[in-house]
Amino acid sequence: MKILVCISNVPDTTTKINFTDDKKSLVTQGIQYIINPYDEIALTRALELTEAGGGTVTVLNVGDASTDATIRKALAIGATDAVRINAAPRDAWFVANQIANYAKSNGFDLILTGRESIDYNGSQVCSMVGELMDIPSINIVKSLKVDGTTATLEREIEGGKEVITCPLPFIVSASEGMAEPRIPNMRGIMSARTKPLAVVEPTDVPQFSNVKSYDKPAPRTQVKMVENDQVNKLVDLLHTEAKVI
Amino acid sequence: MAKTDRFQAPDYYLLDELLTDEQKLVRNTVRDWVKKEVSPIIEDYAQRAEFPKHLIKGLAEIGAFGPYIPVEYGGGGLDQISYGLIMQEIERGDSGIRSTASVQSSLVMYPIYTYGSEEQRKKYLPKLASGEWLGCFGLTEPDHGSNPNGMVSNIKDKGDHYLLNGAKMWISNAPFADVAVVWAKDEEGVIRGLIVERGMKGFTTPETHGKWSLRASATGELVFNDVKVPKENLLPNVKGLKGPLGCLNSARYGISWGAIGAAMDCYDSALQYSKERKQFGRPIGGFQLQQKKLAEMVTEITKAQLLAWRLGVLKNENRATPAQISMAKRNNVNMALEIAREARQIHGGMGITGEYLSCAT
Repeated sequence: MKILVCISNVPDTTTKINFTDDKKSLVTQGIQYIINPYDEIALTRALELTEAGGGTVTVLNVGDASTDATIRKALAIGATDAVRINAAPRDAWFVANQIANYAKSNGFDLILTGRESIDYNGSQVCSMVGELMDIPSINIVKSLKVDGTTATLEREIEGGKEVITCPLPFIVSASEGMAEPRIPNMRGIMSARTKPLAVVEPTDVPQFSNVKSYDKPAPRTQVKMVENDQVNKLVDLLHTEAKVI
Repeated sequence: MAKTDRFQAPDYYLLDELLTDEQKLVRNTVRDWVKKEVSPIIEDYAQRAEFPKHLIKGLAEIGAFGPYIPVEYGGGGLDQISYGLIMQEIERGDSGIRSTASVQSSLVMYPIYTYGSEEQRKKYLPKLASGEWLGCFGLTEPDHGSNPNGMVSNIKDKGDHYLLNGAKMWISNAPFADVAVVWAKDEEGVIRGLIVERGMKGFTTPETHGKWSLRASATGELVFNDVKVPKENLLPNVKGLKGPLGCLNSARYGISWGAIGAAMDCYDSALQYSKERKQFGRPIGGFQLQQKKLAEMVTEITKAQLLAWRLGVLKNENRATPAQISMAKRNNVNMALEIAREARQIHGGMGITGEYLSCAT
């Protein structure tokens, strides 16, 4: 099986986010970047599938040369090879087009990605790639099993789970539970040095939307404590001050 | 209850920019492994004074055994800064576990690689790198610690073997080591190195009990009572004190990095605690008394990081002198001790419980 896993390069979860004075971009100094955790789950499941049934796992990232370290980690975890589409990931539409263009001409049986990136939380790329490639896209999947040319997937839904079958090829976005991410071992890190990392130039994609500005959430206001026998006072405060009821 | 490791590494001077992508990948891999495998269990093992043997396989997989030994002998083929970063991260989890990794790498694999024959390299190094075998290092004796040249352990040439007699003390990994690199004087009084294997008649390894430090590391003695050591187990390529001292240089280098890890953990724990612990209506971190302590800690850690990094560069270029290594080790270990003490102060009474400061044990 030939699998493509799309990975994003995102700030570490403990990063303190700050924006530039013009509010147009993130202050990147001192930030440690990681593989988007949901994409890492997708990568791990892809590796499990090929380890059990044979095949290759290609990782793809849309980014400039600064993302190579993140890609090398994916190779250290076990991916066969990697592709970097050499462009800043402007928005989901741009990224989805780059993935679809590459995937169309390389004949993958299965494409995996994470349910969302933990930086912009768009959750759009999976569906967009499905549409652009005219293949099924299944979002936020907890379990993925492949038997021959058909896959069985499980999604968590309100109050239960949904079981879906789908013929290959398709694109799926991984959620928690699909696999337990792995820590690379030394052999993996050493072999990642020599695994192929192809750099591909992007295709032109029209830009429809523009980010106007970024702002941090308003600072937390003072907490008011209400004694547990003063329910009426609590209701009154929620109504008159917080204005939420 | 297993604790969740919320460690965040201080990098006050953006020193990550001095590291290569591979060095950072190695460091982050070990950091992730320590958070997942060491931090949740180490307090329990330290309290029970037991070495967590199940970690050996994981230590081997992350490359903690012989990271700078060439790949053809099962090592990691990494540079010296990567080795240092591995030691830093392991010691961030526990000094005893770092000690096990240091001994295996610098005191067992290093001498076999540097002073051993090709047959010895092929026989021992792959098994030591994979963690199938664990090694220990016998230099210190009951009456000869700082003065190893005064050792009384000795070998006598008996034609087809050497007869080894003597005793070594304070030996990390001794109670379960499969092989021991042992230093003893020959009949001319010249110090020689030998590889002694568990199971050789007359070789015993009684454990040292009742330690108040390095509690999750197993320490013991090596006792040699007319042990017949095959001649092919002599390390052929070194004679004299420079043999064991060469090993100690490599180990000291690793310790100079390891101490940074211990200090980082103490600092991080103190910083977190100072934000959570409230007195007089606000977190204690809001008072200048605590802020001064924390500021001094992160300053000293930053200086130690620079010292270790520069020493690593020199070591990669084969230019680091024993005196330079000793300076980094002396400074960084002292720095870690001071920070552990100050961190205990910030933690107040909590500072003597394992829950907060396992690194300070």
